[in-house]
Amino acid sequence: MKVAVIGIGSTNFGEHWDQNLRQLAIEAGTKAILDGNIRGRDLDAIYLGNMSAGRFIGQEHVGAMISGELGLSIPAIRCEGACASGGLALRQGLFSILSGQHDIVLVGGAEKMTDLMTDGVTSSLMGAADQEWESYYGVTFPSLYAMIARRHMHEFGTTREQMAKVAVKNHHNGILNPVAQFKKEITIEEVINSPMVADPLTLFDCSPITDGAAAVILCKAELAKKYVEDPIYIVGSGQASDTLALHDRKSLTTMNATVKAAQEAYKQTGLTSKDIDLAEVHDCFTIAEIVATEDLGFCKKGEGGKLLDKKETEIGGRIPVNTSGGLKAVGHPVGATGIKQAVEMVLQLRGKAGKRQVKDAKLGLTHNVGGSGATAVVHIFSR
Amino acid sequence: MGHESSVPLFWRLIKSRYQLIGTKCTTCGNVFYPPKYLCPVCRKEGKLEDIKLKKTGKIITFSIVRSAPSGFEKEAPYPVAIIELDDGPKLTSQIVDWKEEDLKIGRKVEACFRRIYTDGKEGIINYGLKFRPV
Amino acid sequence: MIGIVGYGGYIPRFRIKVEEIAAVWGANADSLKKGLNIEEKSVPSMDEDTATISVEAALNALKMAGIDPKEIGAIYIGSESHPYAVKPTSTIVGEAIGCGMEYTSADTEFACKAGTAGIQMAMGLIQGGYIKFGLAIGSDTAQSKPGDALEYTAAAGGAAFIIGKNNIVAEIEGTYSCSSDTPDFWRRDTVEYPSHGGRFTGIPAYFKHVISATKGLMEKLSLKNTDFDYVVFHMPNGKFPIRAGKMLGFDLNKLTHGLVVKKIGNTYSGSSPLGLCAILDVAKPGERILITSYGSGAGSDSFSIKVTDLIEEKRKNARKVQDYIDNKEYVTYARYTRLRRGI
Repeated sequence: MKVAVIGIGSTNFGEHWDQNLRQLAIEAGTKAILDGNIRGRDLDAIYLGNMSAGRFIGQEHVGAMISGELGLSIPAIRCEGACASGGLALRQGLFSILSGQHDIVLVGGAEKMTDLMTDGVTSSLMGAADQEWESYYGVTFPSLYAMIARRHMHEFGTTREQMAKVAVKNHHNGILNPVAQFKKEITIEEVINSPMVADPLTLFDCSPITDGAAAVILCKAELAKKYVEDPIYIVGSGQASDTLALHDRKSLTTMNATVKAAQEAYKQTGLTSKDIDLAEVHDCFTIAEIVATEDLGFCKKGEGGKLLDKKETEIGGRIPVNTSGGLKAVGHPVGATGIKQAVEMVLQLRGKAGKRQVKDAKLGLTHNVGGSGATAVVHIFSR
Repeated sequence: MGHESSVPLFWRLIKSRYQLIGTKCTTCGNVFYPPKYLCPVCRKEGKLEDIKLKKTGKIITFSIVRSAPSGFEKEAPYPVAIIELDDGPKLTSQIVDWKEEDLKIGRKVEACFRRIYTDGKEGIINYGLKFRPV
Repeated sequence: MIGIVGYGGYIPRFRIKVEEIAAVWGANADSLKKGLNIEEKSVPSMDEDTATISVEAALNALKMAGIDPKEIGAIYIGSESHPYAVKPTSTIVGEAIGCGMEYTSADTEFACKAGTAGIQMAMGLIQGGYIKFGLAIGSDTAQSKPGDALEYTAAAGGAAFIIGKNNIVAEIEGTYSCSSDTPDFWRRDTVEYPSHGGRFTGIPAYFKHVISATKGLMEKLSLKNTDFDYVVFHMPNGKFPIRAGKMLGFDLNKLTHGLVVKKIGNTYSGSSPLGLCAILDVAKPGERILITSYGSGAGSDSFSIKVTDLIEEKRKNARKVQDYIDNKEYVTYARYTRLRRGI
């Protein structure tokens, strides 16, 4: 497959008390439209990734809301797959072009989370887990990933320090990213000593609660150069599902959905993990990045922690992971994350990532997960 | 109305939650808890019937929730765990009557009947099974 | 022969010592301990209540009885702390232990004798041939106003009895009750804590009814003090039952084993029932037990219970009351307050 990304746009990510969901989405959307040198009327459809405007702000029907704000009456739809909503929207946008149905589409991701208090956000996010058999018992997302972490430590000897290194690395990258929520160095000690959220995960092991939006303009490959000189292409897309509840998984330390989605994308492109120059992976919690690097094939199962010890996932390393700062430092406005990852990838492949630029980046992979691993979407981008 | 949680939503699962009743597929022999309505292994060839499970098992992973979701604030911190029942299926619940040394992978536990959630001053009380170390 | 087919108790794990409470209120722990003859009391977890305690006790009783719960034809749960004012605890318990739908049930309230009243109700239905087995439970998570004298004794716990005619571990030889309108201890609807009449709760209330019922029972069954091996009265504290025993002329050693109040406090509707269970855990076939409950408001149910040969084998199947008494963790007053604020 080959679909062009001709425009990208993003709001700053953080606590936006002054902005509602509409404003965030429109800001990212119009930036992408301008960046793509198109006009609003060139758009054929809108795909919006948004996990839970219904619970966060009492608003459903957000696809139509955005098209209305843009003054367009084109098809608009919200895609939902918990934290993978953005990646799913990207895939749906992709398919609409590959099917020949549309030529140019706006794919956005947006989430407004800070209108609720922390306990309300924690509860709403648990909509991504099994309501009847996990959320019912007072389980939270940090505790689900903490249980994965404890199992990973038990099976492979992964250490607390290795998990902390994910946060340190991503914070370091975040300083170099203008849109990041956190632009502050942190140390391993600070991570380990920050308040415990769900043993063994501390506050700094967890991605924050964030407002934000990101958008890309997808365009039929043959038309791309009509609008921009340097289109970047999506050449592979994979998606897979796994059981909703963590306790139903075959393994607590492998996300099978990630493995399968990645295999599908690699197969489509004829590439392997060794061909990938950089990756944006779903680090909702530090342990998630470790597991993801294993499941995406960047290292053997169980060795994700060692990648950090050997500094292989830093910007200058063998396989830079989360050059944007990841979910950890950029923030995780749930539905926006998948598109934020795409925006970062396009910037990198354009050579426009400034101080966080990976040298000679040609092939990049984005990885977006829903819940504790029930949905995974992988895209491969190419110059 | 005076209460927030859904009554039918809770009531529907009382039997399987209170008595640890799952489903067993007579075609492939797999046992499921929480109960499945379609055998995910056999799909249309599957035949499911109710099965009451033994209330004993062991912890296979755990954490302690310190930042609680709405409605559970008063109880935090509390441990949650994935428990493998002796009959096979794995489920998620809280651990009660615990000491530091009980929170261990492999620790044997048994189910006990406890309050899970109380819907404010006016709503119904949700009960269910939590697990205590034996 | 009608009797107990299976029995079981449950006491929550946490305990708070008299000293711990006394320190907060600047009271003299030693004189309280002597005056009340109690050392510590049980405290329920935030997620425990009368329903959860009843379920645990009932499951123990079921294990001992070895019957299919669907054969239970009636469930009566007596408590002063039912989780709902309107919505029966008995159906929550019935569902949790697997009784199906074919049973009658009701919650009862008669202060601390609500549980023993349930035993009588079950006996009636069985003797009348209406049901095969009945489940009667006395269970409470007693509330007390902070700083009030009751705070040292108001505890949590419960006991369940499966009554029937088949394979009984103990025969109920007879029962005798007395009731009167004596307002010694009460709680108005929607009020959080009970009120009481101070010293009025003694002679005109507790002693009058416990003594009358016990004497009435012995007369009815032509039994004398020496016919009993164990005696248990309702235990609002560790002093009243001993005094009642003295007044009735019993050898006070017979009260020792059932005097669970010293280590767990007054479990209200669970009080004499738990004392009975503790005795049944050690009694030998042929031994005879006297139990007289007392409920404020006021009334007493007295029973004569004779242990059968089946008890030694069957009681191996359920957890013993002493086990629950010994399995404990102490809490500070601060933690006690947090636990009691409840969910």
